[in-house]
Amino acid sequence: MAGFFAWSLLAGRDPASIGSVMVGRPAPPLNLPALEEGQPPLTDALFKTGKPVLVNFFASWCAPCLAEHPLFMRLKERESAVIIGIAWKNKRDEALAWLKRLGNPFQTTGLDLEGKASLDWGLSGVPETYAIDGNGIVRLHFRGPLTERDLTDSVLPFLKGTNK
Amino acid sequence: VRRALGLLLVLLAAIPALAVEPSEMLKDPALEARARDIGQALRCVVCQNQSIDDSQAEVAHDMRRAVRERLLAGDSDEQVFAYMVARYGDYVLLKPPFKAPTLILWLGAPTLLLVAGVALFVVARRRRAVALAPPPLSDEERARLDALLAERQAPERGEGPLKQQQRSLGLRPRDGR
Repeated sequence: MAGFFAWSLLAGRDPASIGSVMVGRPAPPLNLPALEEGQPPLTDALFKTGKPVLVNFFASWCAPCLAEHPLFMRLKERESAVIIGIAWKNKRDEALAWLKRLGNPFQTTGLDLEGKASLDWGLSGVPETYAIDGNGIVRLHFRGPLTERDLTDSVLPFLKGTNK
Repeated sequence: VRRALGLLLVLLAAIPALAVEPSEMLKDPALEARARDIGQALRCVVCQNQSIDDSQAEVAHDMRRAVRERLLAGDSDEQVFAYMVARYGDYVLLKPPFKAPTLILWLGAPTLLLVAGVALFVVARRRRAVALAPPPLSDEERARLDALLAERQAPERGEGPLKQQQRSLGLRPRDGR
């Protein structure tokens, strides 16, 4: 029993982590209105371009989203990453104002006001980020804000195609 | 009457509050009852150990709504559970399913009990066997034992070695009593 406790403490296991069943599966369907009115809707055609895509669920009311925002700006500017944003339970004008104020790292942005579509993604809250490879398969799923370490350990290798 | 009323109030307050909001509920009471049963068995994914019916979390609200949408669409209870597991994994089930990766959850404790029981039984038996059959005497011990036994038995049959010795030393042998 003592061994079990030692293992629990030392194995670096996070009991709060609920894991993800999405990794290794095709990206869930996506059909959402664009955040900006008059723009074409967000569909899963975005995952069939042969290029890796990052999908980031965010909200203007979410502080960790603010914390990870500069990382997405950097991914866009330095790595030319294709990033899709999905505003979760966020009023349209508030999300737009947030992006305008901080900068918009997203190539396309959709709106999931009710949080219905996000359930298909196994979302538990915001922020969460998914990395989808050129074949439309989910390869990474981050619950919570992206960190520098996630970037160097997982996201950048994924974008460079070494993390297959 | 006032005391009875007070008691009633206390009892009412003791009924666990559900997070299910009236606006979420289905009109069909049978379907709503099924939704409650399912909701009690689904884990809110951001609260570790609360069912979605007990949780105020945003995602729990979304999950309750999805459960009701699936029921209205004609899903069986199993299909609703499968729908949630497909999105959140087995974690979402408050009662883990019985399958290979969860075997240790289900069988770990009974197996441990069994192993401990068998070990205890074996040790107890071995200990009793030791108590019943002490190790055989060495030659030296056996010789001493024989001498002692002979000494004790001797007075009954006449003079033992001790009395013979006393006599040979010129002492008056004392009575064996």
